[in-house]
Parts: sequence; C-alpha cells; structure tokens
Amino acid sequence: MAQGYAVFAWQEYESRIRGGQNSYSIRIGEKPQNAPLLEADILLCLNEGALAKYEPLLKRDGILLAQKEVRERMITIPFGKIAKEEMGNKVYANTIALGALVAMLGIELETLQAVIGQRFSKKGDEVVGANYAAAEKGYTLADKGCKDMCPWRLPKRRERYYLITGNQAIPLAAAFAGCRFISAYPMTPSTGIITFLAREEDRLGVFAEQAEDEIAAINMAIGASYAGAKAMTATSGGGFALMVEGVSLAGMTETPLVIVLGQRPGPATGLPTRTAQGDLLFAINAGHGEFPKVVLAPSDAKDAFHKIVRAFNLADEHQTTVILLTDQFLADSSFSIEDFELDEIEAFSYLTDSSEIENYKRYQLTDNGISPRLYPGQSEHLVAADSDEHDEQGHITEDLAETAVAMVQKRLVKLKGLQKEVKPPEEFALDEADAVLIGWGSSRQAILEAVDLLKHDGVKVGMIHFTELWPLPDFGFPEGKKYWSVESNATAQLARLLRSEYGLVFEGMVARYDGLPLTGQYIRSRFNDH
Amino acid sequence: MITERDYESEAEIQWCPGCPNFGILQAFKGALVGLQKAPHEVCLVSGIGQAAKLPHYLKCNFFNGLHGRAIPVALGIHVANPQLTTIVVTGDGDCYGEGGNHFIHAIRRNPDITVVVHNNEIYALTKGQASPTTRQGEKRTIQVKGVDIAPLNMLSIAIIHDCTFVARGFAGDIDHLKGLVTEAVNHTGMSYVDVIQPCITWGTHPVSWYKERVYRLGEDYELSDQEAALKKAMEGGDKMPIGILYRTSPREVFASRFRKAVTDQPLAKLPLTGREKMAGFLSEFRPGGQ
Repeated sequence: MAQGYAVFAWQEYESRIRGGQNSYSIRIGEKPQNAPLLEADILLCLNEGALAKYEPLLKRDGILLAQKEVRERMITIPFGKIAKEEMGNKVYANTIALGALVAMLGIELETLQAVIGQRFSKKGDEVVGANYAAAEKGYTLADKGCKDMCPWRLPKRRERYYLITGNQAIPLAAAFAGCRFISAYPMTPSTGIITFLAREEDRLGVFAEQAEDEIAAINMAIGASYAGAKAMTATSGGGFALMVEGVSLAGMTETPLVIVLGQRPGPATGLPTRTAQGDLLFAINAGHGEFPKVVLAPSDAKDAFHKIVRAFNLADEHQTTVILLTDQFLADSSFSIEDFELDEIEAFSYLTDSSEIENYKRYQLTDNGISPRLYPGQSEHLVAADSDEHDEQGHITEDLAETAVAMVQKRLVKLKGLQKEVKPPEEFALDEADAVLIGWGSSRQAILEAVDLLKHDGVKVGMIHFTELWPLPDFGFPEGKKYWSVESNATAQLARLLRSEYGLVFEGMVARYDGLPLTGQYIRSRFNDH
Repeated sequence: MITERDYESEAEIQWCPGCPNFGILQAFKGALVGLQKAPHEVCLVSGIGQAAKLPHYLKCNFFNGLHGRAIPVALGIHVANPQLTTIVVTGDGDCYGEGGNHFIHAIRRNPDITVVVHNNEIYALTKGQASPTTRQGEKRTIQVKGVDIAPLNMLSIAIIHDCTFVARGFAGDIDHLKGLVTEAVNHTGMSYVDVIQPCITWGTHPVSWYKERVYRLGEDYELSDQEAALKKAMEGGDKMPIGILYRTSPREVFASRFRKAVTDQPLAKLPLTGREKMAGFLSEFRPGGQ
C-alpha cells in the first residue's frame, strides 16, 4: 500500500485462540481487484505444517519461501534459526521473513523500513532498530537467491488507496449514518463491529454495550431506537436465531432497527471462522407474523459503507427493520478502495417535529402506512409502543373487524413504499451472453472474474448480481438465456427465491459450501465441469 | 400542578374485578403525583402478563414489549434519553422466569431505572401454571400433584449482587407501597421492588392469608447492612417483611462514563457526523496518503 499499489488481503483461520494453521493471502495490482485467487505466485510458509497444508496453492512456476529446502523453485532462509542465533530472539523470525518477501517482490528495503518505523515507534528505538536489522537480514539473504528467479518489480507509484475491511467500513458508516447505539453479543464474524465502535466510542459518539445474550442485544437496540437514538445490533446466524422474536417486535412496534447478520456456515455452531451465504432465506423470513422488512447484501467494503447508510435511512423513514447480510469473507478481508464517494450518500432523520402535531397518535393510519414518529420525552406528546395488536393510540385492542385488520394493512402497505425504493440488480454483459451467472452479496468480484475467465474459454457469459434482496425489485430477466445461480450455500437459496418470486428457471448452479469464499477460478471450473 | 387526573387512561382495564393489581396501580399514581412528575417525563416499560398491562392504564409514555424483555428495552431507553423516569412494570413470570437473565445482568449494570415486580406466585394470564416463586407443594394447573422444585428468591440474589435499592411491598398495603415506589423512583441507580400480589382467581391463598403474614420493617431497621438484609430476604415460613430491605450509597450508574464523555442529553439531539469529519476518519485507512 505504501508503495502505491492496490492490495486485496484475505484471511482464513481456525476456530482457536492460538496456533493451528492460518493463512493470509495478498493480491497486489495496479488497480483494485477485490477478490481472492485460488493459486499463488509466492508462498511464504512460517512453519512445516503450513507447507504441508498450503503447498497445493502454489502455482507450478511459483516460488516458495520457507526454512527448509524442499523444491527447486524456492528461496530457503532459516528465519527461526537466524532470529534465535544471530538476533537472540525468535520473535524476529517474522520480520526476517517479511524482509525476504519484500525483496522477492522487488520493493525497496527503505519502504519496508519506513513501515516498520511507524508500526513499532511506540515500542521504542531498540525494538525499531532490531526489526530494521531483521528486515535487512531477510532482504539481503533473499535478494541473492532472487536474482534469476523472481520476475516482479514493484517500483513506487503515486496512487494511494484506502485499505479497509468490511468490519471497519460498517461501524464507520454507521456513525456517519447517525447511529448512536449498538448492543451486541460477541459472535464471529460480527464481533469486529461492536469492538470498533466501543474503542472509538468517544470520538464517534456511539454508545456500545455488550449484552448478556442476543435477545437482550436486540431488545436494548429496540428500546434505544424507540427513545430516539438510531440503533443497531450485529450478530451471526446462531445469534440471529435468538434475535428473531425481536425482529418481530420491531415489526409490530414499527421501531427502526438495523441488524448486521455476518454469515458463517451452519447449521448450529457450524464452522465458526469460515464463510457462507447460507442465511438468505432465513433473514428474509425471520420473525413470526407478517410485517415488512428490508434485506440488503453489500458486495464489498465500499458497498457496505454505502449500504449501511442506506439501511439506517430506510429503517428510519419506513420505521422498519433492515438486515444487512455480510459474511466472514466480507467482514475480515481488506479491500482496496480508490474513493468512498461520500458525496453520493447522505444521512437523514425522519423523526417528526413535535410542534407540527396537535393530537398525537403513534400508530395513526396513513395512506403509506408511515405514522408520525416522536420519541418519549421529546415533547408533551405521549409516545406508546405495543407488541400486542393495538389501536392508533397504541393500546391493546380486541376489535378484530376494524382495528386489527386496518393495522395489518397499515404495516404491510409500507412494503409497497419500500418496493419502490429497492434497486434492481446489476447487469453485466447480458446482451451477448448465452449463459448468465446470478449471484448476490460478497461474491460480485469473483463472478466478474469468472465471466472474464470463461470468455477466454470461449463461453459467452454475463452476470446479474443482487445487493438488495427484500423486497425484490421490479425486474425483467432477459429471455433465451441459460441462468446459473452462483452462491456460497448448498441449496441455491437465491435461485429458490427468484423461482418463487419471478418464476425464473435455472439451468444449473455453482454451489460452494466448504467454508471458503467463491473465486473466479472456482466458478469457472464448476461451470465448465457441468 | 400534576394531579391524578393527568394520569387517567381511557383504556379499558382487563384485570379481574377486585384484583390487587388495582392497588398497585393506585400506588403508582399516588407516587408519580406525589413526585410531581408529568406524564411525558415518565416512561413505563413492560413485557407480557397481567402486570405488564399496567402501562395501558396509566397515561404516560410506554413500551409494552415481549415476554421477559422489558429490562433490556428499558436499558436502551435509559441510555437514549436519560431525562426520562424509566420504570419497568413486570411480573414474576415475566421478570424471574422468561427474563431472569436480563434481571441478573441489570443489577450488575446499575441503570438508573426502577423495576417493580408484581409477584403473585403464579402465571395468571395463561390460567394458573406455576411461576418461579410458587411455593413447593402448592398445586397449579400443570403441576397438578404440587410444585416439586424450589422457588426462586430474587430478593436475596439482588442483595448478594449489591443491587443499590431492594424493597418488598404488599399490594394490600397501598399507602406503604406508594411510599416504596416514591423512594425507588427517587433513588439514583437500579431500584427493585418486589410486590406481594395475591391472585384472587387462581392463587392458593386468599388476600387475608397474606395480610396475616406481612409485617412492616421497623424504623430501627439498618438499611445498609447487607448481611442483615439477606437474612430478612430469606425469612421464610409465616413472616413476610415489607419495606426497604437494602439500600447502599449509589455506585456508578450505567452509561455514566459515556454521558460525561459525550452527552447527557437525549441521543436524538446529537448532530450528525458530517462528510468532512468522516473523510478524516477514513483517511486513517489510507497508508501513505492524506
């Protein structure tokens, strides 16, 4: 990044606190390419177990950087031994390896040293100096071996990109949207959101509370929202299952609420640290009874930023729940972004001005179903909220023929207003396409790369990609195409949804459900295998 | 001047005629009028059950939420608008059964709210099942051979965990209860009042049975003695002390650090983070850039 390149970084890790085999993949380019690749040019293994697990990921002509000689195309540096024997502490092994990696990439040592200087400045000159030395050692050792083998040169460029994960973009965007309250219970991969907001509580002015369970989390957020604070919660599938009665409560009380549902493979505890798109239908159908809600699924960190702002605006205007579906891949990956385009988004508040109201009725029947919303204590007007079926004042009703029916209709008519606001899916290369890959959420870049790879295979493929999934927009699928669903789940949930809502017929599906993210190569090979 | 008329609700009361809940409602009214709180300054929060209907019968702000979930909703309200007097009105099933976890953790947080539990030792709205406070051996509609698990003593739990205000009242002693509610609302920090409320429709014992056993704590009772309070709370058999069992000097109230650092106003009044400020935050994610 400091050298002026766009970087995409993706990590996969085991569900344990220390140890195990974890990997961190970095993709470097002149322009942002925010998707993982299946194969690597360089594989750096910090231990032997890593070599056994990850060597298959290395291209045949790729170069291995490891401590023991095991193949021809490799650079061998015993990081651990050097760190211990020459530097007196094995902790420097990582910096030695990093120095070697930087040499292989053809980046100047000074760039790495500047980064080290910044990163370790708080730890004092001694630590900085030792890491400089370690980096230089690795750099020099690798540089010799690299001469004829490493083709890469990454000279300094002027470009500067943002590097941000989904779980960093989301809390920042929430603060921009006017969020003042988050309550959540820790659950991978959503925990980063409340962690970020809690650490920045004073600067961003968002109150953050770790609840005793997810039921408390959603009810606290609903209470805060009722009392006028824009509020959110964040969880994963299992926690969301506990929250579902609260989703229904927000629907009945017409309390604005934003929920981030970071997906991971289920059922039950599933694969806690892996990725999936398995909760689409669960999110859309969450909550007993019938009431409107919105489900959005951003494609990357920048889109997540924009969609969170949109989520808070929609929730506030339509007095409804908005669920933002992310996943471990989107939450934890670092995306390169040229520009956040803040000018394109704006935060709104739809609280009613109390001076405009004479006789206040919280659930006043209106044409669009949206009633004036005040918060308790805002004025002398009293604000009611009721989980029972209620009348316009918010009192329990047993008047079935008139009040109950009118209230059901009032809530559901809001869905019509929402339907006008949802955006149609993104279309790419549809005109020429024989086959169309349909996907949603965080797989956008992988699908686009699959379209490109398949083009080189001589297959004309296009893409339709959804980021706004409920209510579904008015959309006409072009006729005469072979539709394929591409999803990180086993049962093609989007395809089932589109079949039931649009009557769309599918030719096949690419379903990945091993806990790893979709990649262009994966989609291409599954498509071609068919 | 706030009078009882300001709190008169038009909603039709659904309690059984003669239910001691009417006494509790009267005590609420009396306390709030005595404190000269205007209805718009008060927010009642409840879950589900007969007690949880009380907010409909007292004209003020209210949130009648889900079974067991009144306390977390109240916590959110308490943070979002600290100027409100937030009172949870709940029952033994709502608060000690379905919502027990929330109650325990609320004590740890010490929010500046009042929690009043109508404890009738039964699930009345669902027609007579055992509640967490039903005495062992008493019969209920599911427990036809008698309840064989031990009742929960939430007063003791609250005292052990240093809830800053713990009291017990009796729905049959309205004046005394009015005094407790007044003190509870005035107390800074979490105040908890368990109210003995005989169920005249499904209960095992008539109101008179409770009247014979209830007694007021004496004026010489030492409020801040945790061990003595625990003894009182655990007094079993035929004795039911009512009054403030335990009160300690207020410790830090929930969200007070945030209030000092950010705002003590309703959060709805905070201005938005503008684009310029957000661009500044985002620039921290741009290595080497401005």
